Amino acid sequence: MGKERITGSEALLRSLINEGVDTIFGYPGGSIMPVFDALYDHRNDFRNVLVRHEQGAVHAAQGYARSSGKVGVSIVTSGPGATNTLTGISDAMLDSTPVVVIAGQVSTGVLGTDAFQEIDFVGITQPITKWSYQIRRPEDIAWAVARAFYIAGSGRPGPVVLDFNKDAQVAMLDYEPAKVDCVRSYIPYPTPSRNAIEEAARLVNESQRPLLLVGQGVELGEAHEELKAFIEKADIPAARTLMGLSALPTDHPLCVGMLGMHGNYGPNFNTNECDLLIAVGMRFSDRVTGKLSTYAKQAKIVHIDIDHAEINKNVTVDVPIVGDCKEVLPLLTALVNKAEHKEWIESFARYNAIEHEKVTVKALNPGSGPLLMGEVARKVSEATANSAILVTDVGQNQMMSARYFKYTKPHSILTSGGLGTMGYGLPAAIGAKIAMPERTVCLFTGDGGMQMNIQELGTIMEQGTAVKIILLNNNYLGNVRQWQELFFNHRYSWTPMLNPDYALIAQGYGIPSRLVVERDELDDAIAEMLAAPGPFLLHVAVMEEANVMPMTPPGASVNEMIFE
Amino acid sequence: MDKKLFTIIIYTENIAGMLNQVTAEFTRRMMNIDTITASSSSVEGVHRYTISLWGEEDSVQKVTKRIEKKVDVLKADYYTDNEIFFQEVALYKLSTPVMLENSEVSRTIRHNNARVMEVNPTYTVVEVTGSTDDILRLYDEFVAQNCMLQFVKSGRVAVPRSAQEVLGEYLFNEDYKRKPVKDVE
Ligand SMILES: Cc1ncc(C[n+]2csc(CCOP(=O)(O)OP(=O)(O)O)c2C)c(N)n1
Ligand SMILES: [Mg+2]
Repeated sequence: MGKERITGSEALLRSLINEGVDTIFGYPGGSIMPVFDALYDHRNDFRNVLVRHEQGAVHAAQGYARSSGKVGVSIVTSGPGATNTLTGISDAMLDSTPVVVIAGQVSTGVLGTDAFQEIDFVGITQPITKWSYQIRRPEDIAWAVARAFYIAGSGRPGPVVLDFNKDAQVAMLDYEPAKVDCVRSYIPYPTPSRNAIEEAARLVNESQRPLLLVGQGVELGEAHEELKAFIEKADIPAARTLMGLSALPTDHPLCVGMLGMHGNYGPNFNTNECDLLIAVGMRFSDRVTGKLSTYAKQAKIVHIDIDHAEINKNVTVDVPIVGDCKEVLPLLTALVNKAEHKEWIESFARYNAIEHEKVTVKALNPGSGPLLMGEVARKVSEATANSAILVTDVGQNQMMSARYFKYTKPHSILTSGGLGTMGYGLPAAIGAKIAMPERTVCLFTGDGGMQMNIQELGTIMEQGTAVKIILLNNNYLGNVRQWQELFFNHRYSWTPMLNPDYALIAQGYGIPSRLVVERDELDDAIAEMLAAPGPFLLHVAVMEEANVMPMTPPGASVNEMIFE
Repeated sequence: MDKKLFTIIIYTENIAGMLNQVTAEFTRRMMNIDTITASSSSVEGVHRYTISLWGEEDSVQKVTKRIEKKVDVLKADYYTDNEIFFQEVALYKLSTPVMLENSEVSRTIRHNNARVMEVNPTYTVVEVTGSTDDILRLYDEFVAQNCMLQFVKSGRVAVPRSAQEVLGEYLFNEDYKRKPVKDVE
């Protein structure tokens, strides 16, 4: 292909087009102005989403990436623009979300001089990215962009930063498109060991009480069908982590619920009863394991993960299989016997029935009293035929919506699991709706988290993004209040919160809203929200001092959940 | 668990910012690096880091895996002392007038196979290669002899006892033969 003489900024945009990028979440500023100037000529090539804060740009790119499987892109300026992205980048790192953040940087000649809006962005972001690189020469642009997308999206995905010096943005170069599909020091898809797979199959075939743990890796690896084929053949009950909730439909006969601190009693209890634990694409986070020294000690453990560094990190395992679950699961399926574990599977239902009686019935059908988060979540889920994308913020709203939503389709839960970032929800929901316009996107957020990135209502207004916002307002930083109630002697230090008039705020942004206080209005309000053609704020006044239950208290074992 | 001395050998692409990425994994766990040596390796374009530190095997293993996981790191392994050959280099700057007064100093130099690099009326520079213990013992002797002006010791360099080049797998790997990371600047 012939070379063409263009500016570095133009080369950046052509390289993005080359990677199939058609949507950019960004915010301009001094040292990225040449790129935004070039974007002006590409108005038809990209959907430019002007966010209202750079943190929003990254969370929106994350929502875009996680709902669609594509790499999300943000472009911001240097200095404060760049530092504002750090929370989003960290969130993407912990939750393995493929995003490429391109930040302006001062010219190479003044690097290290405390030039206006200069910060060491590569230095700051190295520990929170898969790769962080400064583009200093125009001839490196095509290669750096290609490498960035390859690294962000391959293997265990993650964030990549490109720090783009202003002189390279304006310099001229002979542009040639580049492609990167190999980095010699990087093995994104390790070849699984045949021996390990055989050994794992032997353990499965010997097991009387196997339990499979489904993590987000199954979603990232698009291994939904492979997972089903495996558990159906060997008749293995499967529990999902928070991040993996939509990797297996809620109503699948072998789905036994959610793991974790606020997960279901059956899978948590039976983690310490099973004789074989098969973890797929999950990382044994402390929110899942509870007290490590008592975690699944009786069981043999098989761990399938694409990331070698996850093996034996938190839990020492008997058979590690390092590889892509989409490749490993079918190999395993071929080697396992068709089996039946009827009684064992029923035992999950028995424990879940205890939870149902002690917690769920009351959470879903309280009868009287203030509205509860759980009933709202279940009603919204059902009103969308359980096919919406659930985006959550962080806190009680997150746990309750994740617990009571039902999942029928892949890529249907977007939540900040690893970093637990309040303020994630609203921008992530925007990104998700923009990526998947044909799907209903329901954001559940708290009154605290709503206000952490409330400025993104401006983005919704401008883009006309049809996000359905369900604000579960308890006038508290509820999750923290719950801990204060249970573990700090009811001392509600800094958790009661005076709230603004959300109807006025929504009105200010031209977003229709409705406040629901009474139970008998809820169905109608949900219907109104879903029928609205555009965005809608459903402001639900929920019980102020309600707790998320059941719970594995901090320091307790997975089989020691409490119910009140 | 007991703390032991470990040596971590790391091969990386030769690019700016690599050292930071490697050491950040230690910073994060507040693990204190004892010595670090960075230089080119026997393979063109590949940098080699030798890091020694005291730690528990479990955390050394985890940190090594995390380092190997970095995109531009080719290989990272950890060893105990019985699995490697290792050396350090030390330079001692000694007072020439004291040496002339006290013949013990010259004897110490000879006994320890130290090499004299420079002699002038003010000072004498001698070099020793050996283990940390040898080097520090000699340091103590010179201090006792009152002739020590300056002292510096390198980090450790090490090669594994196994015959095969650690990078071997990579060198014969198809991917490796493809281009090294773009040479920038
Ligand atoms: C950025 C950030 N700051 C603080 C916290 C700690 N935190 C976790 S949940 C929570 C309370 C959330 O309150 P709200 O958004 O009202 O949700 P609720 O729990 O009441 O549903 C806080 C402060 C956090 N996770 N993220
Ligand atoms: Mg609240």
